[in-house]
Amino acid sequence: MNISNWTAPDPFVTTPDMLIRLVVGLLALAAFVGANATILVYVERKVAGFIQRRPGPFEVGPQGILQTIADAAKLIGKQLVTPRGSDGFLFWLAPIVGFLPVFVMFLPIPWGESTYVVQSDVGVLLILAFAGFGVLSLCLAGWASASKWGLIGAARAVAQSVGYEIPLLLAVLAVCFSHGSMDLMAIVKEQGGWPWQWNVATQPLAFFIYFVCALAETNRAPFDLPEAESELTAGFHTEYSGMGFGLFFLAEYANMIVVCSMATALFLGGFQGPAAPGPWWFLLKVYGLLLVMMWMRWTYPRVRFDQLLNLNWKWLLPLATLNLLATAVALKL
Amino acid sequence: MSVFPKGDFYTRHFQPSGKEETLVVNMGPQHPSTHGVLRIIVELDGEYILRCEPVLGYVHRMHEKMGENRSWVQYWPNTGRVDYLHALAWNWAYAGAVEKLAGIEVPERAEYIRVITCELNRVSSHLLWWGAYLLDLGAFTPIMYAFDDREEIMDMLQMPTGSRLTYCYYRFGGVSADLSDEFLKRLSRFIPYLRSRLPMYRDLVTENVILRKRVEDVGHIDEDMCRRYGCTGPVVRGAGVAYDVRKAEPYSVYDRFDFRIPTYPEADAFARYMVRMDEIEESLKIIEQAIATIPDGPYLSKSAPKPKWSAPKGEACFAVEGARGKITYYVASDGGRTPYRVKLRSPSYCNLSCFAEAAKGVILADAVSILGSLDLVIPEIDR
Repeated sequence: MNISNWTAPDPFVTTPDMLIRLVVGLLALAAFVGANATILVYVERKVAGFIQRRPGPFEVGPQGILQTIADAAKLIGKQLVTPRGSDGFLFWLAPIVGFLPVFVMFLPIPWGESTYVVQSDVGVLLILAFAGFGVLSLCLAGWASASKWGLIGAARAVAQSVGYEIPLLLAVLAVCFSHGSMDLMAIVKEQGGWPWQWNVATQPLAFFIYFVCALAETNRAPFDLPEAESELTAGFHTEYSGMGFGLFFLAEYANMIVVCSMATALFLGGFQGPAAPGPWWFLLKVYGLLLVMMWMRWTYPRVRFDQLLNLNWKWLLPLATLNLLATAVALKL
Repeated sequence: MSVFPKGDFYTRHFQPSGKEETLVVNMGPQHPSTHGVLRIIVELDGEYILRCEPVLGYVHRMHEKMGENRSWVQYWPNTGRVDYLHALAWNWAYAGAVEKLAGIEVPERAEYIRVITCELNRVSSHLLWWGAYLLDLGAFTPIMYAFDDREEIMDMLQMPTGSRLTYCYYRFGGVSADLSDEFLKRLSRFIPYLRSRLPMYRDLVTENVILRKRVEDVGHIDEDMCRRYGCTGPVVRGAGVAYDVRKAEPYSVYDRFDFRIPTYPEADAFARYMVRMDEIEESLKIIEQAIATIPDGPYLSKSAPKPKWSAPKGEACFAVEGARGKITYYVASDGGRTPYRVKLRSPSYCNLSCFAEAAKGVILADAVSILGSLDLVIPEIDR
């Protein structure tokens, strides 16, 4: 998104084009996010089934592929209960705040050479800025639901998200430094098609830190402390019923796609591949990362809260800082 | 203002300690990690537990009072329902107490059958605990593998006992059915199979660094604390005391088998975890020796009591080693149709009582870990 276009003397020449692009792009992304969440929930349950030596969803439709749709229909049909003593407005605002910014985060992601919504010089910044809304939504949800478990979950969510955003940012910055750009498209184009030409080869530590922080940012196991079900029953979404819970669920899966897309663009060469570069390579890498996330969720126990923070402040943050410094020094030389 | 005071007896007597910014929370009776209807009132300061108090009695079924109201034989099904995970040990404790009281001889084959089935039941109990404990710690997958192995045990135990969970298999003077050849064959196939699975569990779960961090140095219950609260079973063995009823006061034919009492001196949740994992192997060792040397003969004594039988006057006490610790039945008879008094000593009750002290000042997540490491069965606490 070139800012100079916006302040161009004749707005009628440039704006409709941009507007059409945005509207069409957002609509396509809404469809993509919705469809993808449906698929991902099904995939997650099948992966869980595979890891746990059971078939997973099996009854609704062939191989249970309609299970998620049945679940969604059930969630939509459920009564929306506002608990007594809660702040009704904030209570229902929270899931919406959690879900809407996710669309914006999809805007600057370069799916392919020409498959993107907007190309922006500050694409990375845009995604990171809107990612901050997620923690606000969790905090609101826990606070407004007038539940002690929800409150503890919200407090955990804030401490965790705020802490893990810093090393995540530093890891991303290291890549931006080495490319001298915050434009995801430019970063992707500078990487080659083969794995050794990707940023993960030059910045392995940054990739590792990014991935760990991404797990924590999306509240996925082993860092799913805000909703740790064996400790806090369900954490911040204890009191949500029907689509209130459904939106949090949807936002979690959409966030997973965002962080994996960003990892793909920043570290794994984006849409570039050994042959025939295109969006298929991008999606392949995104789904590969998503499968790794699922694999980890069904394999590891949950970490303890103080261990989670210690890991962040004592290990990831210094490592990310050192990595950034080393990158800066290497670039200078 | 309502006529009825706010909260119940326990919440009224568990007030915040006057400090600001503390939170009194009910953990349970409906909470995913109390595995039943145990309720723990917790005062939280942030993530830290200032103090906590278990509240019992939500599934109280009056097993002791029921014993006074039904005939000696009628009471049998109750014994399998005290601790549904190691039902055969409770069966055995009742059988042992009454046999001691009435002087009933048990045929040797019946003793071997009791050892085999009781140890098998112990393995299934430990496997379930293992899965459920890891579920508490946030690992979803191990319980599926544990259930897979446990399913095989339940299928096997179904053959002689006819039920899968709340067994009522032992009788005064023996057991109700003989072990079939098919059962023994299947069992001798199962032992190497489970042995081959245990290294996988060790590599994938016990050696996992996240698990280690969650259980090591957590929930110290040392020897002195065990003595004060009367903790038995894996809790006391995890504190480094080699106390096992099977060795300390050998009953039945346990003195003929070669097995070890696993002890760990660390006295933390990991020590208790390791004791149980080792006990699975020791139990397999006992079963292996028992099927190799099981004698022929009757499975029920000729002088076994008939349904309308009542015990002679007197009293008796009998202890066995359950999966959770020392199980004791005390029965007293005045010669009437029903027992005069039945007293149950359940290990979970004593093991739970040390929780309030062990969980003081720890993080909420650690409290869940400690609670899980005690291996509580709530119906056994409430009896």
